[in-house]
Amino acid sequence: MSSRLRAALTPYALIFPGGLWLAIFFVVPTVVMLSLSLQSGDVVSGYAFTFNWHSYVDGITTYHDQIVRSVIYGLAATLIQIVVGFPVAYWIAFRGGRRKSVYLFLLLLPFLVSFVLRTISWQFFLSDNGLLLGPLKSLGLLPQDFHILATSVAVVCGLAYNYLPFMVLPMYVALERIDPRLLEAAQDLYAGRTQTFLRVVLPLSLPGVFAGVLMTFVPATSDYVNASVLGGTSNTMIGNVIQNQFLVNQDYPVASALSFTLMALLLAGIYAYARVLGTEDVLEVAAR
Amino acid sequence: MTETQAGTGADVAAAPTSQTVPAIELDNVVKEYTSHGEVVRAVKGVSLTITEGEFFSLLGPSGCGKTTSMRMIAGFEDPTGGVVRLHGEDVTGVPPNRRDVNMVFQSYALFPHMNVWDNIAFGLKRKKVADAEIRRRVGETLEVVDLLGREKRRPKEMSGGQQQRVALARALVNRPRALLLDEPLGALDLKLRQHMQIELKRIQREVGITFVYVTHDQGEALTMSDRIAVMNDGLVEQLADPREIYERPATKFVAGFIGTSNLLGGTVQEVAGDTAVLALGAGDRVVIPRGGTVAAGDAVDLTVRPEKITISREQPAGDVSVVRGTVSEVVYLGTYNSYMVVLADGAEITVFEQNAHDSSTTAERGDTVWLSWQPRHSFVLR
Repeated sequence: MSSRLRAALTPYALIFPGGLWLAIFFVVPTVVMLSLSLQSGDVVSGYAFTFNWHSYVDGITTYHDQIVRSVIYGLAATLIQIVVGFPVAYWIAFRGGRRKSVYLFLLLLPFLVSFVLRTISWQFFLSDNGLLLGPLKSLGLLPQDFHILATSVAVVCGLAYNYLPFMVLPMYVALERIDPRLLEAAQDLYAGRTQTFLRVVLPLSLPGVFAGVLMTFVPATSDYVNASVLGGTSNTMIGNVIQNQFLVNQDYPVASALSFTLMALLLAGIYAYARVLGTEDVLEVAAR
Repeated sequence: MTETQAGTGADVAAAPTSQTVPAIELDNVVKEYTSHGEVVRAVKGVSLTITEGEFFSLLGPSGCGKTTSMRMIAGFEDPTGGVVRLHGEDVTGVPPNRRDVNMVFQSYALFPHMNVWDNIAFGLKRKKVADAEIRRRVGETLEVVDLLGREKRRPKEMSGGQQQRVALARALVNRPRALLLDEPLGALDLKLRQHMQIELKRIQREVGITFVYVTHDQGEALTMSDRIAVMNDGLVEQLADPREIYERPATKFVAGFIGTSNLLGGTVQEVAGDTAVLALGAGDRVVIPRGGTVAAGDAVDLTVRPEKITISREQPAGDVSVVRGTVSEVVYLGTYNSYMVVLADGAEITVFEQNAHDSSTTAERGDTVWLSWQPRHSFVLR
């Protein structure tokens, strides 16, 4: 083989293992799912490809509430993560000093435990007479019938907690990259602490916040573990419906159709979000 | 200068006092840090008085305390001891945003998320200056730094020289009472640096603001400054105008740091009236000017600049200082020749010879030569 030919083929050779992996475990299932979503029939007599959209129509009309609820829960969890996560990221980036990596490790430490186990521990924590509510109730600060578990609050808290590192890490990276001399320059140009934060730190950290939102909103919206462990029957999310349709009812076409509906919804949301917020003009406007 | 002062009514009213009160005073300022449990004394007691409208340079090698001194003037550091005064007012503990001085940062520190216009207008907006006034002043300043028409660019879309001008404009537009420049030309290449030196000096004359300039580049300091404070190891070694610093270095450090200089060590042989004679090798006769400050038997260090020395093959006549040595190196450098001459005691003396007439060299490697200079061109070092 000539060296020129070899040089031309090298990039393809390097991409081959990863490309093959994605083809087998991402593209093929996606195509299979897409095909499933357009089939009709039932579990007993089998499904056949009919290019029928009725699964989409059925799915969306039947589970309209769960879809809307998932988006609202996802947004609420993302918002909580921004509010809780930003100060943490800020503190580690600017005040962490030489122990920055220790703090980052501590932040990630709970995530060495399985996702499901973490969620179950929240179930204990939030239970009607658990660690949080038990003492408050015995002190008489809360009525005996007060509960958090099986409410939307519990589900949103669980979502916010479980995806928090994916919000904090990109925000930390953006904040850490800010040249401290920019803060001095702002101070030198008559900006007090608040103005320095609003005009310099915040706008420069926005790319990290954008990335964090994308990395948490998408999995939070399609999550089903939190709703099934921490939520009640009135808090089911679209992820629970999909899981149920696949594994319990074995109604593959509807489950697949719902998956694609969710995917399309998230892609449209990300696209709109990136168009509106992902450009540099936003940073400039934010700095005015 | 009169033009800019006429523009700000308040300054005119304050003029009589600002003429007598120095722009910036450092009064026995000390700065100590604790680093890894050890106390580091970055500035060990610096006293300076910088006059209104002056181009003042803090010159010295890295770690000499010049940047720390400047940061104390800006307010980024508070002195451990001593007092910093801006226009007669003690500003110790006053944060940078409440000080009427602005800084041009070493790597510019331009806000990357803002265009040129917003970068420059930043300070005026924080001071809540009216929009029309901001537009007028930013426009004016863009003209001064020659950046009109580039106000919508982002810093990263500009060359180093242009970024430098934006940084300068961003500080100047606020009409600070003093402008602090921290090695502002350090990141530029040689040609651009030389061009910007002239530009900076022009701008300083135009706006009439006090400039405090931190640099480790002696050429830069000599070219631009009205006065220079040469710093070393947290202390001011010499404070004088560029000519004085170059021609009459006060200490060994200054002599060595500024330009090329020759050190001659010897013992004072005799003192007669206003001159003293230094004992070196046989046949050498080195006259010390203002000999009244030394006594016979004193060990003395003397410095002479290479361009003040005449090199010759015959013993020179007249009332000059003379030493003899052997040429160890001859380098042709275009406008001049450089000789390295080794004296009897092993001291190495550099001599520059202008190529004014023809480019032939007076001596070659290995030749024995006479070096002579006017006694008034040599100085005793502390």
